[in-house]
Amino acid sequence: MRIGVVTFPGSNSDHDAYHVVKHVCGQEARFVWHKETDLSGLDAVVLPGGFAYGDYLRTGAIARFSPVMQAVTAFAGKGGPVLGICNGFQILQEAGLLPGAMLRNRSVKFLSQPVHIRVERIDTPFTAGLATGDVLTMPIAHGEGNFYLPDDELDRIEGEGQVVFRYTTKDGRLEGAANPNGSARAIAGVCNEARNVVGLMPHPERASEPEVGSADGRKLFEALIGALQTA
Amino acid sequence: MRARVYVTLKKSVFDPQGKTIHDALRSMGYSGVADVRQGKFFEVSLEGVSPDQAKATVEEIAHRILSNPVIESYRVEVEP
Repeated sequence: MRIGVVTFPGSNSDHDAYHVVKHVCGQEARFVWHKETDLSGLDAVVLPGGFAYGDYLRTGAIARFSPVMQAVTAFAGKGGPVLGICNGFQILQEAGLLPGAMLRNRSVKFLSQPVHIRVERIDTPFTAGLATGDVLTMPIAHGEGNFYLPDDELDRIEGEGQVVFRYTTKDGRLEGAANPNGSARAIAGVCNEARNVVGLMPHPERASEPEVGSADGRKLFEALIGALQTA
Repeated sequence: MRARVYVTLKKSVFDPQGKTIHDALRSMGYSGVADVRQGKFFEVSLEGVSPDQAKATVEEIAHRILSNPVIESYRVEVEP
């Protein structure tokens, strides 16, 4: 499998994602500079975390006009799997590929800490093979991860089964204190209606080897590889 | 020619920054302040365009990039 990792000016998790794809999962990985417009030959694309364009204006607001985003939109439109992690998630929201927008964390603090997220949907390429209710541990590192949509839109995406991950306690219970940033309905990750585009605020690529505290994040990459192999 | 763009969070959207400022004002003794909402202000300078063109261009910019319609609304003023 050949997986592209997009580098925007200001990305800082691109090497982590590349490392997990190539060295942990043993797949082919390729950096895709944000000025590139040709994604041919790639089986999946990862938009990594960081601070693209310094997050000036709004998180992801400028990055979503990078040339590569037209190609990512076309790739997603053809059903190609796309994973947005943290800043990558915010860019996909700004591009209209995923629902919602991120407000400042409720505490107005930048949060860098491990969290537990519960798998809500297994009908995406990044959660196939997991079980609904599985709880994964991985870190967050963001100032704007407070997922927002108006209530009627929240009802709509819940109805469409687009909520993929929620912040919970370690044993999978919804609890105010387990929702670090104040996200609506404790939403940590969502997918598009077609289910091939997934975004989440926690960092699976920073939790893919036991040496870094958790290897749960690797499950998302393994799920993708499994989904691509059976596709 | 100059245009001004005001971007504000929609009323239904919680504003953690505005709330923090409001809390600070209360602790400073401004008990009459009922609420604070933080927003963004842009000054856009334009050359070689009519006021109507300037307004249309800046409206487009405000809509496409300066604001996010999920959480924000905007207002454009063009200076003569």
